[in-house]
Amino acid sequence: MSQLLQFVISGITVGVIYGAVALGFTLIYNASHVVNFAQGEFVMLGALLTVFGIAAGIPYPLAALLAVGGTVLVSVALFDLALRPAGNAPIFALIIITIGASILLRGIARVAFGTSYFSLPPVAGGGPIAIGGAVLLPQSLVVVFGTIFIVVVLRLLMQNTLLGKAVIATSSDAMAANLVGINVSSIVRLSFAISGAIGALAGILIAPIALASHDMGALLALKGFAAAMLGGMGSPVGALVGGLLVGLSETLSAGYISSDYKDATAFIIILLVLSAFPNGLFGKGGYDRV
Amino acid sequence: MKNILIAAAAGVTTLGVLIGPAAAADPIRIGAVISKTGPAAFLGEPQQITLKHYVDKINKEGGVLGRSIDLVIYDDASDANTSRTFATRLIENDAVVAAIGTSTTGGTLAIAPVFEDAKIPLVSLAAGIEITEPVRSYVFKTPHTDRMVCVRIAADMKAHGFNSIALVTGTDGVGKSMRKECTDAAAAKSITIVANESFNPKDVDMTPQLTKIKNTKGVDAVFVGGFGQSLSVVTRNYGQLGLTIPQYHAHGSASKTYIELAGPASEGVRLTGPLLIVADQLRDNDPLKPAAVEYAKTYRELTGKDVSAFGGYSYDALLLIVDAIKRAGSTKPSAIRDALEKTKNLPGVTGMFNMTPEDHLGINENSLYMVNIKNGDWVLAQ
Repeated sequence: MSQLLQFVISGITVGVIYGAVALGFTLIYNASHVVNFAQGEFVMLGALLTVFGIAAGIPYPLAALLAVGGTVLVSVALFDLALRPAGNAPIFALIIITIGASILLRGIARVAFGTSYFSLPPVAGGGPIAIGGAVLLPQSLVVVFGTIFIVVVLRLLMQNTLLGKAVIATSSDAMAANLVGINVSSIVRLSFAISGAIGALAGILIAPIALASHDMGALLALKGFAAAMLGGMGSPVGALVGGLLVGLSETLSAGYISSDYKDATAFIIILLVLSAFPNGLFGKGGYDRV
Repeated sequence: MKNILIAAAAGVTTLGVLIGPAAAADPIRIGAVISKTGPAAFLGEPQQITLKHYVDKINKEGGVLGRSIDLVIYDDASDANTSRTFATRLIENDAVVAAIGTSTTGGTLAIAPVFEDAKIPLVSLAAGIEITEPVRSYVFKTPHTDRMVCVRIAADMKAHGFNSIALVTGTDGVGKSMRKECTDAAAAKSITIVANESFNPKDVDMTPQLTKIKNTKGVDAVFVGGFGQSLSVVTRNYGQLGLTIPQYHAHGSASKTYIELAGPASEGVRLTGPLLIVADQLRDNDPLKPAAVEYAKTYRELTGKDVSAFGGYSYDALLLIVDAIKRAGSTKPSAIRDALEKTKNLPGVTGMFNMTPEDHLGINENSLYMVNIKNGDWVLAQ
C-alpha cells in the first residue's frame, strides 16, 4: 500500500511538471494555432538564468524575477523576429521555425552556460514529509500548488476578462477578430510573453527537484507536448490533467511492470486515448465554416 | 598565375608527404579525433585542453627525437560517422604517424578498422571492452573497462559480506554495459542480484525504482551505474526515501559536480575512484603519485576546474605515444606500434601501464581505488 502511495506521489510530482510545460504550449496554440517547440527552452532559460543570477550575487526572488523577465523578452523576440516576419506562411512552416528557434536557444545556452548541470535551493526547505510509509518532498508541494495557481489564473483570465475573450476570438478566426478591432498581432505577442513567463516559472520551480542544464528542454518539451495533446490542445485544465496522466502512467508502469518500458507505456496510453478522443480529453473539435 | 601557385603548392605538399619522415626538422604529426561538442562534450572538452597544453609543453622542452610535435585535432561532435570521416582525413591528408581517439566507444569502434587497415597505431580514450578485446594489432586504449570496475566492486561487496544486491542502471550505453558486466562479476563472486531496475538518463525522478528496492527484502547493497546528472538524481531520491542500504557507484560519479548535485545524500556513498582524485592521499613513495598530482594541479591552473578522469585518459594516450616514439627512436607507424606493445612500468595518471601482445590496455583494477564520500570529499578506503 505504501508502495502504491509512493508511486502516486512521484507520479503527481512528475505529472505536474509535464503539465506546467504543457500549459505554455496551450496558450500559444490558443492564440495562434502554432505549436511552439521552443517551450522547453523557455523552461531551461528560466532555470539557468536564475542559477546564474544567484551565482552573480543577486538574491533568489530577484534573480527569479529577472529570469522570468529575460525569458519573456526572448519569447517576444521569437515572435517578433522569427514568426511575425513569416506572416501568412502555413502553420506547418511556423512550427518548423519554432523547432529552429529551440535548437538555436539550446546552442546559445550551451555556449553561455556550459554543459554542466545545476541545482537550485528548494523554495520550501526541510526534509521529506512521511505520509503512510511514503515520502513527499516539500518542494513537490510547491510545484503542485504553483502549477494549480497558474492554471486557475489562466482560466480566469481566459473566461472572465475582455483580454481573454480577445485571445479566444483571435484563436477562432484571426481575420474576423481583426475586423472587430482586435489587434491580432498584439494578442499573439501577449500570448508568447505569458507562455515565456509560465515556462520560466516552471523551470524555476522544478530545478530544485530535476536539476537544470542547457539541454533539459528537449525531453520536457516532448513530454509536455504529449501531455498537451492528451489533455486537448488549447485547454489549460486539459494540459494539467494530461500531464498528470502521463506522469502517473510512467511511475506506475515503472513500479508495477518494468522501468525498462516506462516511457513506452506512457506513449501507448497516449495513442489509445487519442484514438478514442482525437481532440484530447478536454479539447474542442476543430471545424471550418464554409 | 593563381592556378600555377596552387599547382606548385600541391606539388610541394605531395613531395612533403612522400619525403615525410626523412627530413629531420619536420614536425612529428600526431592526429586526434575527440568529441569536443555534442552529448559527449563533457569527455572531449577536458581532453582537448589537456592534449593542447601538453603538446605545447613537450615542444617548448625541445620536442621528441629533436623534432616538434604537430597535433591535428578534429571534433567529431560525438557522432561516429563524423569520427570515421576525420579518421580517413587524418590518414590520407594529414599523414599522421599515430592517432588518439575517439572519446566514445561507438566512435572508436567506427574508426578502429580504418587505422587497422592503414597500419597506423591508434590509442583510444573510451572505456568499452570491445576496443581491445579481441586484440587488434594497431589499437590501444587508456581507460579502465567497465568489467574491471565491476570486478573491483564485486570483490569489495564480497569482502563486506554483501551477498544479495540490487542493480540500478541507466538505459544509456554506459548503464547497459555496467548492468551486463556487473551481473557477470556478481555471479563470479556468487553474489545474488535480487532486484534489477533501470532509469532513463534524462528522467527527473527515480523514486518508483528505488521504492521497489526499498520494499525488496534482504538487499545488502545497491549498485548504481550510468553517467551524467542522472546518478546524482538517484542518490538524492535514495536519501529522500530514507534508504540506508550501502550504495555503490562506478567512477562516473567521481566528480565534485556529482557531490554538489546529490547534496548531503551523497555522504557515505562508496565508489571506484580513479587515481587522479585520490593521488594526494597516496603514500609519497607510490610511483603513481607524482605525475597524477602534477596533472591535477596543472589542469586546475589551466581551467580553474577540478580535474576529471576523462582528461587524464588523453594525457596517458599522449604519454604512451611519445614514450613509444622515444623508445623506438623512429616515427615509422609500425615501429611506434611495436614499441607501444612493449610499454613497461610507465606511470600514467590513470594507472601503471604494462602492455603485452595480449593486453593493449595495460592497466588493471589495482589502480581503481575504493573511495568513500565523506564531508563532501573523497576519502580513500583502507
